[in-house]
Amino acid sequence: MSPHHRRTLVVAGHGMVGHRFVQAAIERGLTETHDLVVVGDEPRAAYDRVALTSFFQVGADELSFLPTGAYDDPRVRLLTGTEVEGFDPETRTVLLSGGDVIGYDELVLATGAAPFVPPIPGHDLPGCFVYRTIEDLEAIREAAATATVGAVIGGGLLGLEAANALAQLGLETHVVEMAPRLMAVQVDDAGGATLTRHIEQLGLTVHTGAATERVLGDDRVTGLALRGTDPIDAGIVVFSAGIRPRDRLACDAGLDLAERGGVLVDERCHTSAEHVWAIGECAAPSGRMYGLVAPGYAMAEVVVDALLGGPGSFTGADMSTKLKLMGVDVASFGDAHAATEGALELVFSDAVAGIYKKLVVSADGRQLLGGVLVGDASAYGVLRPMVASGIELPDNPEDLILPAGRGVPEIELPDEAQVCSCNDVSKADIVAAAAEGGTTRAGTTCGSCKVQTKKIIEDYYASQGKVVDRSICEHFPLTRQELFDVVAVHGHRSFDQIVEAHGTGRGCDICKPAIASILASQLNGHVLDGGNRTLQDTNDAYLANIQRNGTYSVVPRIPGGEITPDKLIVIGEVARDFDLYTKITGGQRIDLFGARMEQLPAIWRRLVDAGFESGHAYGKSLRTVKSCVGSTWCRYGVQDSTQLAIDLEQRYRGLRSPHKLKGGVSGCARECAEARGKDFGVIATENGWNLYVGGNGGATPAHAQLLAGDLDRGTLLRYLDRYLMYYIRTADRLQRTAPWIDSLDGGLDRVREVVVDDALGLGSELEAAMERHVDTYFDEWQATLDDPEKLARFVSFVNAPDTPDPHITFRAERDQIAPADSAGPVSLGATIPVGAPQ
Amino acid sequence: MTGWVPVCRLDQIEVEGGVAALVEGAAVAIFRTHDGNVYAMSNYDPCSQASVLARGIVGTRGEVPFVASPMHKQAFDLRTGQCLDDAEVRVTTYDVRVDDGLVLVGPPQES
Repeated sequence: MSPHHRRTLVVAGHGMVGHRFVQAAIERGLTETHDLVVVGDEPRAAYDRVALTSFFQVGADELSFLPTGAYDDPRVRLLTGTEVEGFDPETRTVLLSGGDVIGYDELVLATGAAPFVPPIPGHDLPGCFVYRTIEDLEAIREAAATATVGAVIGGGLLGLEAANALAQLGLETHVVEMAPRLMAVQVDDAGGATLTRHIEQLGLTVHTGAATERVLGDDRVTGLALRGTDPIDAGIVVFSAGIRPRDRLACDAGLDLAERGGVLVDERCHTSAEHVWAIGECAAPSGRMYGLVAPGYAMAEVVVDALLGGPGSFTGADMSTKLKLMGVDVASFGDAHAATEGALELVFSDAVAGIYKKLVVSADGRQLLGGVLVGDASAYGVLRPMVASGIELPDNPEDLILPAGRGVPEIELPDEAQVCSCNDVSKADIVAAAAEGGTTRAGTTCGSCKVQTKKIIEDYYASQGKVVDRSICEHFPLTRQELFDVVAVHGHRSFDQIVEAHGTGRGCDICKPAIASILASQLNGHVLDGGNRTLQDTNDAYLANIQRNGTYSVVPRIPGGEITPDKLIVIGEVARDFDLYTKITGGQRIDLFGARMEQLPAIWRRLVDAGFESGHAYGKSLRTVKSCVGSTWCRYGVQDSTQLAIDLEQRYRGLRSPHKLKGGVSGCARECAEARGKDFGVIATENGWNLYVGGNGGATPAHAQLLAGDLDRGTLLRYLDRYLMYYIRTADRLQRTAPWIDSLDGGLDRVREVVVDDALGLGSELEAAMERHVDTYFDEWQATLDDPEKLARFVSFVNAPDTPDPHITFRAERDQIAPADSAGPVSLGATIPVGAPQ
Repeated sequence: MTGWVPVCRLDQIEVEGGVAALVEGAAVAIFRTHDGNVYAMSNYDPCSQASVLARGIVGTRGEVPFVASPMHKQAFDLRTGQCLDDAEVRVTTYDVRVDDGLVLVGPPQES
């Protein structure tokens, strides 16, 4: 074989593990020598199955690992909606469902696992589902529209996830578990009982020790018959009774399988056939299958390593888990069931608070072997690495699980302690990355090690004698929050005052817009008032959004997305008369693109006369409050979401903030307004409104989390006022609400303390600040039109106000204008008259 | 280009602001800094290929007076047109003077 021969590597399966394999292959250079063909049978590219339940809030796109549907590396070809029907190790070929046959040099099986459906009578009736793919969830959602009660068979990790999903869909939900407790694999009897109490408090019904004898119903599901007790009425049944490796391909090809299923592989994840490897849930290293994503990721890395000639091996995996199930912390790590000979158990249990913690320690009391945490898993970050690295326990190990405030001992983790088990990142890796200014994957998969990772990085900097410099820029030795306070305390009203008193130089494009925003939040003057104008980024300076050719887009406010036909016609007429490109945005508004700067006042005049206001699409300010049609039109709506969205958008319009702000209001739990993708999201319940905070789309999407539930309108407004003002006062420059909440000591709980419990006593002050904003609101477009001085700047050239900038040219695309590519500086030639100064 | 072209009154340019002017067919950005100096450079931002520099934020980096392009925030030294973020990039600067409250733009400066 010539050294230039490129080899073909086929990956069968594109789930989380298959995707990680491809990622590692690209990152580590395997695609320099190999062409990858990745075959996935689902209709879409790999997505975050661990976060599957959030599909109902965020939709499929947000879960996707490959939103574009393709890898950046052209040497990787991804075939979705395609099955590998079989392969032949002799001829090294795979047969695809379309009939294509592909030759391979190496084959990696990453076909995962399938849900196990026990063969009880009625298991295949319509209304029976499994819980594995986005398509499963879509089917469940559809069925939930006409059902009122759902039952989940299986009280393990996935079963509880599925139950959570049914409850979110508004169903009365039952969990049926054959074992005497929930999560039997991970937790012990007492932990399971604590978990059951938590889940029952949320309104679900838990049946443990309950064997399902048959699924009831003639042509569709009507309920479950349980042995020795009354049947349950249910219109939906979800099976979550464990998984089985998808090893059929290997079986058909004559490969060795493990006794209990799964493709038998050695410690390099190589199967019994030459050039065939298996990773993830379809594989069984040393005969054991691993039903978690972290071991699958580790296997993916091992095979990439092997194909690069490296020494990697897979020698078992940490089966620790930490998760938040319906708001309840549950963690299990190491030898959770005290199976080690002579192991001792230390237990702390507070039935009132719903907290159960257990440590399993060695017979001599020196080593931590494992543990279970329910209700409060904050100690997980320290405890799990202690097990993995064998670090010796302190003299009073019970302190590790006693409630905070009893003097939890500081444990210094050894360098080799594995902090992130999903991505196998050690403390030493994190310290090394911090030293080099790089990053690791720690905290990016399940997130349970985030707090620990942050602490290690902070400790590292402290050990270097470094103070983390949070200065906003070279001109101010202050954070944005400190600047905000300085301005408030001293009552500064201009940039000049602030820079003279607290800064150096004349400012820059970082500090000037930040100070403009701070002044706007506190004084709510016009952004174009004297002295303010030169602080503004171009969008604020021209009250429109600059686009790639130097033109602007204009976005009138359409509160809640509701618009009359007359107003819709005005927008159309303006767009037609000024030849603007129009597009309906994701925020339920209409963007008008391609306006030259000198055209802006005339465009606003038409819009303002028709009753429109500025939509602040340009500002770091409130953009939109998206809504569904709510109870007025929707057959599912339980509240008038449109009215509330309009009211909220009107209330917070013009509010300047550290980053743009978006809101959403949904009229029922179906969440058509995608409110949980917003900085604040409101979802109607039968009893009022649930308030979610800290969501956003963008480059790092985040789901909003529940701050408070079943609020009446007055309380909702009060909490929102406080939340938004608290954010505006304390966030960093350009910090969105999700990372801001993460950055607070205590995170969401801290926000709740301040906003709901009013722990700082700031509530009325924050509300008053918002009231001032509401009272002083004015439309910036109208105010600009009314002021000749402000208008004077809206000219193409100071000495030729109406001569269009010759750089701006358009071409046609899909019957509208689009920016033409610039050909460099353009000269109008000497024939253009240059007027005398006015 | 010959001679000096009057373009506007000094008070038409805000302190730490800019205006665009047409000078012999070319778009020129004219800036006024806090210390009373006036600078002129081509309005065309080579990084974003749009004629926008007059709309940027004016400030200082150390002792250097600069304008940040409103498009992608590259900084340009007002005195020399040198891009402070990319040694390869420079925009043409123009002679400029203020006469009796009138701003006059002269020929492009040789680099």
